[in-house]
Amino acid sequence: MPLLDTTAIRADFPVFEDRGLHFLDSAASSQKPRQVIEAMADFAAHGYANVNRGAYRLSVSATERYEAVRDKVAAFLGAGSSDEIVFVRGATTGINLLAHGWGSLRLRPDDRIIVTEMEHHANLVPWQMLARRTGARLEFIPLGEDHRLDLSGLDRLIDEDTKIVAVTGMSNVLGTIPPLDVILAAAREVGAFSIVDGAQLVPHQPVDVSTLGADALVFSAHKMCGPTGIGVLWARPERLEELEPIEYGGDMISTVTRYTATWAPIPQRFEAGTPPIIEAIGLGAAIDYVEKIGRQAIADHDTELTRYALDALGDVPELRIHGPVDTESRGGVISFTMADIHPHDLATILDQHGVAVRAGHHCAKPLLEILEVPATARASFYLYNTTEDIDALVEALRDAGEIFGVI
Amino acid sequence: MALEELYRDVILDHYRNPRHRQPLEAPDRRAEGVNPLCGDEVTVELKMEGDRVVDVAVHGQGCSISQSSGSMMSEAIKGKTRAEIEAIAAKFHSMMTAEDETAAGLDPSRPGAVLGDLEALQGVRRYPVRIKCAALPWTTLEEALGPAG
Repeated sequence: MPLLDTTAIRADFPVFEDRGLHFLDSAASSQKPRQVIEAMADFAAHGYANVNRGAYRLSVSATERYEAVRDKVAAFLGAGSSDEIVFVRGATTGINLLAHGWGSLRLRPDDRIIVTEMEHHANLVPWQMLARRTGARLEFIPLGEDHRLDLSGLDRLIDEDTKIVAVTGMSNVLGTIPPLDVILAAAREVGAFSIVDGAQLVPHQPVDVSTLGADALVFSAHKMCGPTGIGVLWARPERLEELEPIEYGGDMISTVTRYTATWAPIPQRFEAGTPPIIEAIGLGAAIDYVEKIGRQAIADHDTELTRYALDALGDVPELRIHGPVDTESRGGVISFTMADIHPHDLATILDQHGVAVRAGHHCAKPLLEILEVPATARASFYLYNTTEDIDALVEALRDAGEIFGVI
Repeated sequence: MALEELYRDVILDHYRNPRHRQPLEAPDRRAEGVNPLCGDEVTVELKMEGDRVVDVAVHGQGCSISQSSGSMMSEAIKGKTRAEIEAIAAKFHSMMTAEDETAAGLDPSRPGAVLGDLEALQGVRRYPVRIKCAALPWTTLEEALGPAG
């Protein structure tokens, strides 16, 4: 598979004017291309007014541009209608909305909530708290020896008592992409509300909700070349009908009397207050940018870099990879440790080589307990990364190994 | 750069060969500290005579910064009174949070003149998340000493 034209792509990202930067932390947040930065700046400078209800041209056009992004997101995800797209602050907010606005009202003691052992805290803690509020039980699809999910007990896990199945689209620690089709089909069979945490998946792979088989999907713009502060909740219309708003105020109401209120139509009823308008424009520009390059091309690029990195890292003495060591059903996220060097020490030495990686528990502490490490270092790839970035990583790791006397 | 390498060597020396690591048989004071973010653990044990720390042990596990900081601290405080230790801790704290060496009360022309080996940790200033690692033995020491009384 060919790599992307990274020379042209990198020219779009002002941050890479620093030639010495090897940015390998896109799984935490991606860099922003000029196209996104300029779209937001131009809108803020010349197109900005609050949306909805505006009786003047500037507000009307701002509303049209804001709503056009909703249409763009719907097309991007393959949604049946723009009314299925709710703007939220990010993937975390989307999951919390579902846990409160659906789960709190519908779950009963001894109902089951199913997640996997490789969830980010964002797709774990809201369900822990929901379980605590309702008396429901939280259960885990286990991780197998090969750092992929062990589905052998799925029939017993997802049963008639299961009301929610919430699963990551791609592990932010292991890079593992779970067999969503199998898990979502099992959820559908018992009528459970199925949710995909697409924070890592959507920026890196083609995702089409018309064939995904989930009831809901969330993702954040900032991991996909877009700004912080905005994300998307997509859900099937019948699920959005069942969902209660959890934030009340302006923009989400239809009529208000002194003591009562009725809700605006879906999706506005879930968007109380002035929304992130400038950020929405940025999200639209980010979708344009990603679509111009092509999500399949990005996925292939990630795969090629992952293959290259797994090879190169495999030759580094004392280096241990925590995750699948082939590119099958796997994204461009590689966690590793080196002998007994603390990952924070590794990250600091790598930084001195201009290599930016994340070190720590990656907001997935239960997973790291299974891996039996307190922390890992993690390199993650995106459309602007090159094999040179990986060469720099490997060289920096060898230096770290020598400094600490482990190689 | 040469200075940075010198600092690095000092840190690694303390990390690999930590001083006063052997637990004390009957410590008068003892405290354990953890940094939940990265899993660093430090235990500080003190043998006191009146107000004076006559023996010290620092042991634990974690990154080079937390463990070397503990080792350097053990050398800096052994034999010192509480007041002297508080003065060293204050200097260490201002070194870790200052804008530059001069603001930190250090003498750039004479490395090590003010805080000895501990000055090797000043490069950590550039990594705010890691200042907590360097500070862990010190906050644990504070807890072991307890309130002045």
